[in-house]
Amino acid sequence: MKFGILVNEGPYQHQASDSAFLFAKAAIEEGHEIFRVFFYHDGVNNGTRLATPPQDDRHIPNRWSELAKEHKIDLVLCVAAAQRRGMVDPDEMKRNDKDANNIAENFRISGLGQLIEAGIQADRFITFGD
Amino acid sequence: MEDELESGVVKKFLYINRRAPHGSIYAHEALEVVLIGAAFDQDVSLAFIDDGVYQLKKNQDTSDINTKNFSKTYPALEMYDVEKLYVDKESLEQRGLSEDDLMVDVKILTSDEMKKIITESEVILNF
Repeated sequence: MKFGILVNEGPYQHQASDSAFLFAKAAIEEGHEIFRVFFYHDGVNNGTRLATPPQDDRHIPNRWSELAKEHKIDLVLCVAAAQRRGMVDPDEMKRNDKDANNIAENFRISGLGQLIEAGIQADRFITFGD
Repeated sequence: MEDELESGVVKKFLYINRRAPHGSIYAHEALEVVLIGAAFDQDVSLAFIDDGVYQLKKNQDTSDINTKNFSKTYPALEMYDVEKLYVDKESLEQRGLSEDDLMVDVKILTSDEMKKIITESEVILNF
């Protein structure tokens, strides 16, 4: 089965991203496909490469990056939500004349149309949020 | 950027709005999804439940809290062919509101009727 996932909360503050990650991992292990994970609201903060959690804790952004690399999962941060919250990729850095970018590997920034598309393309669409 | 799909697939989308319009960004950003989603020619419905019913309250004024008064967008949804707005009856009544307090035409549903709408939807986005 093809799943679409929406993550609406930031890392560590809320369990949504953890639950979405564990769900995605379990689904893949059972032979399902993750069409896309779309990060919205504070969920875009899951895509920072600048997080430094304590060493004995899980590294939420890296964990997503690694899962995406291993299984070719499309991780998308909403551009409007990302702009509000200072999540920046190299393109956005140039476009908005910023002095840095902070997006982690295997994440990309794109529009809300990608969320709607995930809803249309996936067999099941699941929201992880508050 | 927002390439429309040419798949011709039309699904039943339901946006469930459960939160008060101000105090958090959920309602505002949910509305942004609805507006973008309208370009995809899907079968779209919006449900307003719990504090979400406040999102449709008339005469909202955010000037004293320095936030954008996005509530002006709800009456414009019709122009985007987003016309199916469902409001939970019990949620309205619990908050001392009636249909007259709302800024747009809606259909008031009992929780059983709302349950049916939710069950029949294919893509549900909770905000």
